Amino acid sequence: MSEPVTEPEARRLNVFLVDDHAMFRAGVRAELGVHVDVVGEASTVSEAISRIAAVQPDVVLLDVHMPDGGGRAVLESVRRSHPQVKFLALSVSDAAEDVIGLIRAGARGYVTKTISPDELAAAVRRVADGDAVFSPRLAGFVLDAFASRPDVPVADPELDQLTNREREVLRLLARGYAYKEIAKELFISIKTVETHVSNVLRKLQMSNRYELSRWAADRRLV
Amino acid sequence: MYRPRDHRIVAGVAAGLARHLGVPVLAVRITLVVLLGFNALGLLLYAAYWAVLPQEARNQEVPARRDLGALMPFAAIGMGVILLQAQLFEDQGATTAGWMIAVIAVGAGVIWHQSDPSRRDAQSENLASTPWFTAMVSETDRRSFVFRFIGGGILVAVGIIGVVAVYSPTDSFSAVFNGVIFAFVGLLGVGVVVAPLVWRTFGQLRAEREGRIREQERAELAAMIHDQVLHTLALIQRNSTDIKEVQRLARGQERSLRNWLYKPTASPTERFAAALEQAAAEVEDTYAITVETVVVGDTQCDERVAALVAAGREALVNAARHAGVQTVSLYAEVEEDELSVFVRDRGAGFDLSGVADTRHGVRGSIIGRMQRHGGRAEIRSAPGDGTEVRLMLPVSRESVTAGKESVR
Repeated sequence: MSEPVTEPEARRLNVFLVDDHAMFRAGVRAELGVHVDVVGEASTVSEAISRIAAVQPDVVLLDVHMPDGGGRAVLESVRRSHPQVKFLALSVSDAAEDVIGLIRAGARGYVTKTISPDELAAAVRRVADGDAVFSPRLAGFVLDAFASRPDVPVADPELDQLTNREREVLRLLARGYAYKEIAKELFISIKTVETHVSNVLRKLQMSNRYELSRWAADRRLV
Repeated sequence: MYRPRDHRIVAGVAAGLARHLGVPVLAVRITLVVLLGFNALGLLLYAAYWAVLPQEARNQEVPARRDLGALMPFAAIGMGVILLQAQLFEDQGATTAGWMIAVIAVGAGVIWHQSDPSRRDAQSENLASTPWFTAMVSETDRRSFVFRFIGGGILVAVGIIGVVAVYSPTDSFSAVFNGVIFAFVGLLGVGVVVAPLVWRTFGQLRAEREGRIREQERAELAAMIHDQVLHTLALIQRNSTDIKEVQRLARGQERSLRNWLYKPTASPTERFAAALEQAAAEVEDTYAITVETVVVGDTQCDERVAALVAAGREALVNAARHAGVQTVSLYAEVEEDELSVFVRDRGAGFDLSGVADTRHGVRGSIIGRMQRHGGRAEIRSAPGDGTEVRLMLPVSRESVTAGKESVR
């Protein structure tokens, strides 16, 4: 995920920033402005919901913790009316409940605010292309959440388990491998790696509530 | 003077008296039983002492089991004395009244005697106006509280009714029955009057405790921010020209804040994940790099696991010193039959066959250490392509738990 996008871009992406810290928005705008068009900003949940609906950006960079409800409220509201808008969570928190919570709500990726500008631009590009952005830490959380518990009855085993291949891909991601290196290591194409990662994200978003609520309860998150 | 917790048959009154007076406990017991015959004086005395004497502080020893069988001889002696008294004196009325008063006294004693004095003191500050009530609600063992309250209440009621019955001029059974009903109605009335007060006081106590907990948390947070965040920010301002130092300070502060906010603290000597995270933190601080740590699952630490952590730490140190990069990945996974640790950097890399035998960092601290503890280490490196150290440690099934929830 750390490869900067170098090929000429057919169209500059429209990106919208949601964050309650003006300083941070200014910083991101300055850093990202080179790669994409920042078409709007919002500092509150209600402002974000109305402005995003008006601007219809390609990607929304979404803060998790905001005073009046947080990124999850924005995500759930906008997704209902504008399902084509993609969300990339950008938070200072790397707590498991924030990460998993936003991904479950439909974010296509999750990066922390310590990410470098190049990596952030690459992540935005990847999300816009319909891929998932997986940091090593997110991969670790997912592996933790889907840790095999043979005693737990599963409603939909097809959906609720990671395949061995997906697990391997996640492990390599967590070990700090780039997609290219994973593809080389597993003798598959980069496209296949991307497919696996997208499938994992889909499973994470759609897997049955029982399992994940149990996961959350185990960690005293609910 | 107090009632001991051990060496007691009923409530420890006789034992306490005996210890205080320096006489054998048996003599005290027999005296009490003999006094039973004189208008139940023994029972009265017992109840009075029971209500008044504090209980001995709880010590760690398991108290001796009460042997109710030991009561039998005293019961027999008491019966004998009572029978003798009944033979000698014809004045049955006075004797019965004495017994009834004794029953009242015991009932009152049962209600009052045992609410822990220390606990009563702690609570009575909040409720100075109703100390009697505080004494009751401070009971933590609710079942024993209810049992004692009901039992004591019945004893008191029976005693009062008995006295009334004995002295009642009509001397008829129906009058006694009416008395019982009135007593019951009276108790019910008291209940109706007291219930809202009880409820309100419980609510107040709960609210106050929650408030205190919140206050404490706020104070803790303020202290932490003052001790760490503000000091770090001051240091950063003073060292603003030294970028490495600023990064190191900021990184250390970020980690400690994160741990404080999101992570339950676990002892690095006990848990695998905590030990790894500590090792990573030390390397971060020493070499001013970022270690991206991901640990899936957790397990108990033992000597072999500690060796694995030490080998992982050595791999991190090598990466920090030789790779020439800012970020190193540390990934560890706890599986059913194996613990694995991966340390990867994207730095300079090296040719493994070119490492001199005299260099102990890799051969001794990593490969050798893993082999000594029944594990294995692989090192993959190529010049220009970074390095990955893979450490594997097989473990038995029992010593491993599946997830992090076992920490708690």
